Amino acid sequence: MNILNLFIIIPMLTVGGILLTKDLKQSRLVSAIGMGFQLILSFVLVYLYLKERHAGNTAAMLFTYDVLWFPSLNIHYALGVDGISVAMIALTGIVVFAGIFASWKMELLPREFFISLIILASGVFGFFISLDLFTMFLFYELAVIPMYLLIGIWGSGPKEYSAMKLTLMLMAGSAMLLVGLLGIYFFSSPDPHALTFNLLEISKIHIPIGMQRFLFPFTFIGFGILGALFPFHTWSPDGHASAPTAVSMLHAGVLMKLGGYGAFRVAIFLMPEAAHEQAWIFLILTAISVVYGAFSAIVQTDLKYINAYSSVSHCGLVLFAVLMMNQTAMNGAIVQMISHGLMTALFFALIGMIYGRTHTRLINEMGGLMKVIPFLGVVYVIAGLASLGLPGFSGFVAEMIIFVGSFQHTDVFHRVITIIAASSIVITAVYILRVVGTLLLGPIKNDHFLHLEDAKWYERISTITLVIAITAIGTAPYWLTDMINFSLVPIVQKLSSIQLTSLN
Amino acid sequence: MNLSDFLTMRHEIVLSVLALLILIIDLNLHNRDKHRIIPISISLFFVYTLVGFLPADKSVLFGGMYQTNPLLVMMKNILNVGVLIVLLQSVTWLKQDANREKISEYFILLFSTLIGMDFMISSGDFLMFFLGLELATIPLAALAAFTHHQTKSAEAGIKLLLNSALSSGILLFGISLIYGSTGSIYFDTITQLYRNTPLQVLAYIFFFTGMAFKLSLVPFHLWTADVYEGAPINITSYLSVISKGAAAFILIILMFTVFKTIAPIYNHILYLIAILTMTVGNLFALRQKNMKRFLAFSSIAQAGFILLGILGGNTMGMTSVIYFVLVYIFSNLGAFGVVSAIAAVTNKENMDDYDGLYATNPKLSLLMMLSLFSLAGIPPVAGFFGKFFLFASAASAGYYWLVFIAVLNATISLYYYLLVVKAMFINKSETPLAYFRSDNYTRIGLVLSGVGIFILGFWSQIYEIINSLSYGILP
Repeated sequence: MNILNLFIIIPMLTVGGILLTKDLKQSRLVSAIGMGFQLILSFVLVYLYLKERHAGNTAAMLFTYDVLWFPSLNIHYALGVDGISVAMIALTGIVVFAGIFASWKMELLPREFFISLIILASGVFGFFISLDLFTMFLFYELAVIPMYLLIGIWGSGPKEYSAMKLTLMLMAGSAMLLVGLLGIYFFSSPDPHALTFNLLEISKIHIPIGMQRFLFPFTFIGFGILGALFPFHTWSPDGHASAPTAVSMLHAGVLMKLGGYGAFRVAIFLMPEAAHEQAWIFLILTAISVVYGAFSAIVQTDLKYINAYSSVSHCGLVLFAVLMMNQTAMNGAIVQMISHGLMTALFFALIGMIYGRTHTRLINEMGGLMKVIPFLGVVYVIAGLASLGLPGFSGFVAEMIIFVGSFQHTDVFHRVITIIAASSIVITAVYILRVVGTLLLGPIKNDHFLHLEDAKWYERISTITLVIAITAIGTAPYWLTDMINFSLVPIVQKLSSIQLTSLN
Repeated sequence: MNLSDFLTMRHEIVLSVLALLILIIDLNLHNRDKHRIIPISISLFFVYTLVGFLPADKSVLFGGMYQTNPLLVMMKNILNVGVLIVLLQSVTWLKQDANREKISEYFILLFSTLIGMDFMISSGDFLMFFLGLELATIPLAALAAFTHHQTKSAEAGIKLLLNSALSSGILLFGISLIYGSTGSIYFDTITQLYRNTPLQVLAYIFFFTGMAFKLSLVPFHLWTADVYEGAPINITSYLSVISKGAAAFILIILMFTVFKTIAPIYNHILYLIAILTMTVGNLFALRQKNMKRFLAFSSIAQAGFILLGILGGNTMGMTSVIYFVLVYIFSNLGAFGVVSAIAAVTNKENMDDYDGLYATNPKLSLLMMLSLFSLAGIPPVAGFFGKFFLFASAASAGYYWLVFIAVLNATISLYYYLLVVKAMFINKSETPLAYFRSDNYTRIGLVLSGVGIFILGFWSQIYEIINSLSYGILP
């Protein structure tokens, strides 16, 4: 039995288990056990992966598993992982696990909530282990659609509006993506009977440049919408603000990474020439995302909106780095995806916990919380410092690598745009410190706050898991970067070979 | 006529015998025992459906008027399965007092239209085709007016009849031009003689217009919503699923055989009509509050997607059309089944009535949601696969922009399907529909469509079987 299949089977079994449960206590227990297994499995996968690499296995994808599904269309159920997807799977495992504990007190329709959440998670896992574009697309849509119910039923504020906006914008994104994928499929081989959806096989052939120019924008924007590419990011603040805690965590932490991962694994990897040609357009858009997201976060007063705009900024940085198309920057992009995934999940978890106590998310109404709920306060500061890139936390590692990589380009355009994007670090510091200052420090503004309780055990599990991961990456990043680098080499080689030929 | 001829025509003959048998049984039943006709008819039809799956060979009867081959038999079987589900879902409604006297009429009329569709699919010349078409249509008008004491139902019957008459007239005019320009009514001969002379293109346009009425393609769709709303729900689901499916089957067969020489010309027409049909159907569906009208417009939009497969023009195109119709039958019957189960018990069929349905009737709501997701093309249910393959076949012919427009339309359709999901799962209601238990027939019908929605996508063998029988006009 291939280990990767388990990443689909365990969520299925968990969903089946939840169906048998009766109330909140049972269903959250089953979910926690199931996703705990999934977390352990993720780390077993990391271990097995490193073991294989140390044993000298240099294949592009490990643990491959391939079943022919639709023979006449050559659609396969093909699985396999490299260092990048292993890292993403570990991230997903952590965030989902923390998300279950963050929704420990989900009173309204708990079974349905956990089922939707786990279906979402299985879509994400499936996406990261897929090697076949068809199943990749299938899992992508499977991850998006439960969001509608999760936000619509369990959300807050203008939840129906946000849920509909999010679903429709992401589905419009997948509409563009579908056109791109079909185009790639029909040009995946000169022989019309040997067409394939397999990523590795397509990467070996050369899609005609005219077709690339047409298909690249479709594919890149299709994924970019999920990665909050300006000006298609507007679903993200509304969606995140209305979603319940665990869903915000999962969505900002993991689901948005599908966009960055897909943009680089499908759009740029399979259509490198067009990527080189059109990168400048998207670099400008992503630079706008980065700076605009950060500026928007400054003026927000709702904690969730602040964090949602900060996600737009940070996810913009992922796409920005991916478009730089060199080894260092792309490595930074992957680290940033993981770092941001953990950070933002932590933020949303904390916001949910604070909201559960204070019943407000407006920072002006709160103050001095550090005195009454010190544990949550300290963790919030940790998350904030990680987010603004303090050395020792994962955010520093990611942004450092990205900007070093971007600056390796010697031409004026890339340098200027790097400087513009890098200015977001300062802006980030502004909004993070402002929030920390008003929220946690200063006088307590409301007597009601004096009787708040600090974090419960399940909340501690949720936050500590994430803090450990953030600090681990921050202090020992080479584990992660080595794993990613090894798998990036063939990709970057392909990209740079094209760069050279086009220059000559 | 010998035994092998009988086996060749088994669909039509057995079904005719069935209809007569029901008539005879009905004569011998006392008035208060009329409802016994229901289990008898359904079990007979079930046996007939099984008989249909016996292996079949290619053969020709009546000097070329009637033809059959494994592909056509499969199409008939697909329709049979759909009809079986429709029959199961209509039991509750049939048992109502107002319909008690007319139970056998319902079955006989329904079977007559099915015989007509079978003949139409198996036709080898335009005469048989036209006879089948009429036999399929006229009993439908009677069925639409089944509850004739209600004005709307009577109106639906008349509207259907008048529109069918008009479209048949246009179609017949097209056929007469085809006969005039080629001197034959046999498909095989015409296939060889058909060229793209202006007269023949004109003949095609008339013919296609007639078929467009049956498929309710825009701009020939105006009768659809009124008829669908007025007719009893189970007839509406029959009209929108079986009748439309049969029309799609025969259309793609004729497009890929008789009219294949003018494909470069008709592709332009199809391209435009596909865009119009999807877009107009979707935009009108956005604002519907009555579930029957809502599903009527959604089914107009779905017909637009079918044209994408025809435009594909290759084997994949035909496979995807047949596969899509199969998936569409199950998805739409799932949705209609829920609407009819609710209407039969509570008499309510507005979207507002569905507010808070999940709290009281969770199973029905879940099935409805899955069916709507399947109609919208969301994985993991079968609709995703159906739509994906249709898009793939259009993309294989290079129609990338059309695919893009179609996928955007699928996104628009998701909006209004989600409105129903929202009503059931998210909206709160002061007076939600009370919990009720449907009778066993309805439940079997609902479960069948639910299982179909789940299995059809993952079970790739079904697609492969269809693919092995299909053919295309392009390499």
